[in-house]
Amino acid sequence: MADPKLQLAVFAATGRLMEKRRKAVNAQVCPDYQELRTQAHAVKRHTIENLDHYLEVFERNVTAHGGQVIFCKDATEVADFVLGLAKARIARLIVKSKSMTTEEIDLNERLEHHQLEAVETDLGEYLIQLAHERPYHIVAPALHKTKEQVADLLTERLGVPRETVIEKQTMIARAVLREKFLAADIGISGANFLVADSGAIVLVENEGNARLTTSAPKIHIAIAGIEKMIPRAQDLGVFLKLLGRSATGQPLTVYTSFLSGPRRGAEIDGPDEFYVVLLDNGRTKVLADRGKRQSLYCIRCGACLNHCPVYRKIGGHSFPWVYSGPIGAILTPQFLGVNHEPGLPFASSLCGACAEVCPVKIDIPKILLDLRSDVKKTEEREGTNRVERLAFRVWAWVMRHPRLYEMAGMAAASLAPSGNGGGWVRNVPWGIRVPPLDAWLSQRDLPSAPTKSFRQLWRERR
Amino acid sequence: MSRENVLHKVRTALGRCAGQAVENPPPVRLTVPEAGIEARIAVFFECIEALAGKTYRAQSLEEARAYVETVMAGRKAVASNAAILRECGATALAGVESGITDGAHLRELSAYAACGITGADYALADTGTLVMLASPQEARLISLLPPVHIAIVERKRLLTGLDELLSILPRPADQTSSMVLITGPSRTADIEQILVRGVHGPGEIHVVVV
Repeated sequence: MADPKLQLAVFAATGRLMEKRRKAVNAQVCPDYQELRTQAHAVKRHTIENLDHYLEVFERNVTAHGGQVIFCKDATEVADFVLGLAKARIARLIVKSKSMTTEEIDLNERLEHHQLEAVETDLGEYLIQLAHERPYHIVAPALHKTKEQVADLLTERLGVPRETVIEKQTMIARAVLREKFLAADIGISGANFLVADSGAIVLVENEGNARLTTSAPKIHIAIAGIEKMIPRAQDLGVFLKLLGRSATGQPLTVYTSFLSGPRRGAEIDGPDEFYVVLLDNGRTKVLADRGKRQSLYCIRCGACLNHCPVYRKIGGHSFPWVYSGPIGAILTPQFLGVNHEPGLPFASSLCGACAEVCPVKIDIPKILLDLRSDVKKTEEREGTNRVERLAFRVWAWVMRHPRLYEMAGMAAASLAPSGNGGGWVRNVPWGIRVPPLDAWLSQRDLPSAPTKSFRQLWRERR
Repeated sequence: MSRENVLHKVRTALGRCAGQAVENPPPVRLTVPEAGIEARIAVFFECIEALAGKTYRAQSLEEARAYVETVMAGRKAVASNAAILRECGATALAGVESGITDGAHLRELSAYAACGITGADYALADTGTLVMLASPQEARLISLLPPVHIAIVERKRLLTGLDELLSILPRPADQTSSMVLITGPSRTADIEQILVRGVHGPGEIHVVVV
């Protein structure tokens, strides 16, 4: 928020994404958009409610196609598996295509710690890796970088002459990464969908880096959260239409890969080994809460971020974890515990834009409210935030007594400072800036107190 | 590793037990519109062109070959083993390598060729999409490594859209380890949302309907 240029850039970028989505879901071009959402919600609900069954079906089908499924409960287990395999195959270089799940478990750091080189290959993700940062947006990780910053980054990290033309910057990255693809021992991807009846993973992308990651190296490892499941390949008719449109306004992304197992029989190329890592890492905890379980329906389109007035103002790096925006605000407390960042569920005006654009109809505002209530329960149990809780209890009591409320209002109005800036109190006097209020007032102006209260006006005009 | 642990936690969370029966999932929702071949071709070309892809309608196999020759403009190409490429004579053009069955060899050639020439198992009219199934006829990397991709599609392979594909191929995994849908040239907008084509895959795509 301290950087007005960045704030403007984020606002403009999310605005363009909103506009693209709006055109792509418009009734003329996608007449059945609402029915698709309803179907997607129903299919996700069914799958999540019976997840154990579909996990087993998926595993059976991957195995039947010559692949292997590895269940992992946390980040350490995933890293151990990848490291073990790399060691057994004497692998050094790993290429990665964009995966929020591997961001979630800091996989790159863990691999680098063991002298493995793990290179991100999605252009935005590659830039973020060069800058040692965290993705700014689920879909557009380098949304916050200007071409000048990219020029500096490429010069500094790759030693190439400074280049500010975006096309040329892209070609520099292409050349560097092409070498990596052809030399890599292992390709690691995420998965947009896990298809139970096919034992397949589905990847959507525009650049071709996911295709290269999954086709060029001898070993392909896909790492996905257990909730990415859908029952049938035929369900993709619904989900692919919603995902591209909601994320970037594309009816289909440039590449959609449907991958099941290693290269088969006489097929000419493709990996010799195929692994799917199914990750828990807190998801079963979310699953156990009937009311908030629907958080796991998310297909990571990022539409809720683009439409969120809070995200558009404060940007992705203000959120405490890898998932930002409204979906991040409901996932983070559920994965890491409500105490991790208790303010997070409150950082929303509950305007409902997220729920309106969510392609799988997750009721994000309701989950935010439930989480607020969870935070309050924890505070009561642990005796934290006493002053605030006491203040609200007094407030609630006063509100229930109309006469008292009116008197309190009059008293407050007579004490309030008078406006010194067009009906607003720009410099709130120190007398009112006592500790809990001070932090709040330091960023805001106070409206001047009205001369007559609403109740007085009501009585006069009735 | 944690197979039993994770499955157990999932079941506990859902209040289910191992092997418990599952109700049927909601019925599949696929809608296949009626559209004649001419209408399909028109929409198909319109979509590809909107994505800056090139289109060509060949009235004969000879015309298809001649178009490929023009696009190649004397450059080197790798061709897949699709029957249509042999039939139209594209594999016999000067500078075209084809008939490759060895993965390492194919990869080497594709990494340095200017053009990759393939068939397409299907095409989807309403999104301008090519559907490529990996097989002994079609390698994965020919449509991916060279900067130019030329695809020759028989008109009978042109479907209305994704839903029709999924009703013809309800389980693509039964046939191939890899089905890829290609919709336009490779692109990115990761720096300042400025569109750049050809970031990792081909920046130029030519679709010929015979």
